[in-house]
Amino acid sequence: MTSVTDQPAGGFTESAVKDRAPPPSPPVRKLPSPAGGPAPGERELRLDLFRGLALWLIFVDHLPPNLFTWLTIRNYGFSDATEIFIFISGYTAAFVYGRAMTDRGFVVASARILKRVWQIYVAHVFLFTIFLAEISYVATSFENPLYTEEMGILDFLKQPDVTIVQALLLKFRPVNMDVLPLYIVLMLFLPPILWLMKRKPDLTLGLSVALYALAWEFDLNLPAYPNGVWFFNPFAWQLLFVFGAWCALGGARRMAPLLSSRILMGLCVAYLLAAFFVTLTWHLPQLGHFVPRIIEQWMYPINKTDLDVLRFIHFLALAALTVYLLPSDWPGLRSPWLRPAILCGQHSLEIFCIGVFLAFAGHFVLAEVSGGAAIHFVVSLSGIVIMSAAAAVFSWYKRVAAKGGKDAKSAEANADLAGGGS
Amino acid sequence: MKAIAGLIALALLWSTVPASAENAPPPNCEVPAHFLASEATLKKVAETVKTEGRLDIMVIGSRSATVLAPDGTGFPGRMEAALRDKLPTVKVNVNLQLQIKKTAADVSGDLARILEGKQPTLVIWQTGTVDAMRAVDPDDFRTAVDEGVTALQKRGADVALMNLQYGPRMETMITTAPYLDVMRVVAQQHEVPLFDRFAIMHHWNETGQFDLFNNSRGIELAKRVHDCLGRALATFVIEAARIKPAELRTQQ
Repeated sequence: MTSVTDQPAGGFTESAVKDRAPPPSPPVRKLPSPAGGPAPGERELRLDLFRGLALWLIFVDHLPPNLFTWLTIRNYGFSDATEIFIFISGYTAAFVYGRAMTDRGFVVASARILKRVWQIYVAHVFLFTIFLAEISYVATSFENPLYTEEMGILDFLKQPDVTIVQALLLKFRPVNMDVLPLYIVLMLFLPPILWLMKRKPDLTLGLSVALYALAWEFDLNLPAYPNGVWFFNPFAWQLLFVFGAWCALGGARRMAPLLSSRILMGLCVAYLLAAFFVTLTWHLPQLGHFVPRIIEQWMYPINKTDLDVLRFIHFLALAALTVYLLPSDWPGLRSPWLRPAILCGQHSLEIFCIGVFLAFAGHFVLAEVSGGAAIHFVVSLSGIVIMSAAAAVFSWYKRVAAKGGKDAKSAEANADLAGGGS
Repeated sequence: MKAIAGLIALALLWSTVPASAENAPPPNCEVPAHFLASEATLKKVAETVKTEGRLDIMVIGSRSATVLAPDGTGFPGRMEAALRDKLPTVKVNVNLQLQIKKTAADVSGDLARILEGKQPTLVIWQTGTVDAMRAVDPDDFRTAVDEGVTALQKRGADVALMNLQYGPRMETMITTAPYLDVMRVVAQQHEVPLFDRFAIMHHWNETGQFDLFNNSRGIELAKRVHDCLGRALATFVIEAARIKPAELRTQQ
């Protein structure tokens, strides 16, 4: 089954032709120039590009801070790569499964979505296993007395029965393993969201906003193990996902006039600059007193768990500006230099998992090789190279498998017979 | 299993061999000035030092306020020594209240007992580690620190906060950012100085002053880090109280 590769990203072309909606509904990132939509038969490369970049940034942000970290967007504003990833995931999922729902009906589309959820879940459990292996090694090999207290975090290894079950229930999530559980929950609720979105898009978005507000008002969140709550609150982060879906199913087209307004772009730039300055004060505390106390008190803390409004707006401003500045027919999208990022974006689940694994491995290497800035640099760079190479292999395989056509299908049937298959 | 046990035994044996680090020259404990400068002031400390010539400091800390070694090697003891050194005319006394495995909320609810019968001029509250390890909701953590600082201030003590340790290996296991943010915010709101232990240790690791990736089981590294933390903390207190050691000397 070719769906091992990222299906959602696969389908823009045909959908653009088949979609009942009048013109091919243009993805959000290509709005300003009405003529700028990709010709039928082409993918929306900007989505792939930015999802690929987001995956790289997530990987770099998961490594210990180093030179590369300074290139990640979280150092220049409130939002970070997670927002981009979740938004684009919502967008592509709605696009592809929305089409499936139109063509094949609610039940079949839901089944396909649930199959995807299962894949993500298995990927998460796989990563957890790798994490356990690494942590167990650290626990037995590393006992610097300076960190006696912090090593207490490994106490969970003393009760593997509880820990592993809690991990399977998605309640125990080690550091850096928070995104996939969020993704699983969001995808799990995609069928009803899509069903409603295809009938009453604005109502769906409204409900999503209402849920977001309720989550803030009543502190809704899912419990985590051993205590606390989910680091990415699904009740809050669903807003980005549903907003992505809303854009995919026609919202983007309706926003087009708004997005080409110069006034709005001016506001976006102003907000991004203000956010940049505030972020600067975190790194250069000397600048801190230029921020009025009253604004500081109103602004902090900028809550990532509940997707702070300031973060959300920051993401919107960033997205609007990107769409404005980067038409979808921008020739750079075809440049070989951006090819690796685009390929990564086209195989997001696999590349995301590889990224998390590489981040674990990177931590490990840096710990063992007690590295300076040079090693840090090498680790970050080789991680990105490995992710890109893997994406290239996936693309190659997908192409070959598609060419195989019937052969592949029958091979798959054989695999199914043998109890394997997808 | 046997092999692992054997290896561990071997490692233990190895760790009893005196580490060569012991012969290393004492570090210069370099800390950029802006880590130790603070907008907030310790008024009570300034006043008591000036008028009474004494300084009673209570450190409320978790396990990372100590080193597994004889007393006085943890940063509270090192700070006491450094303060006595820098302020020879002042009677400095540092008292450590260890609150092992207690969250900020636990400590905050227990302050009356911790402070019973004591009137410290300054309370340095080191917190956040346990909360981060247990992934306590950052909002709850914020409430707890906020209430704790308010209670301490009500008792008439100056308050300073100290955040988590930086540990490069910890990054894989503990999410520290929200707790660091909360402490920065609460410090700002209450206008109390924050000793940014995390940033300082991170700086030391970056500049190579300390190799915090080091995985020797020896205690030397911990002792040296705590020594530097203690000295930095002493400077931090003096700066935040706007004390000029030279002036004090001429007064006496």
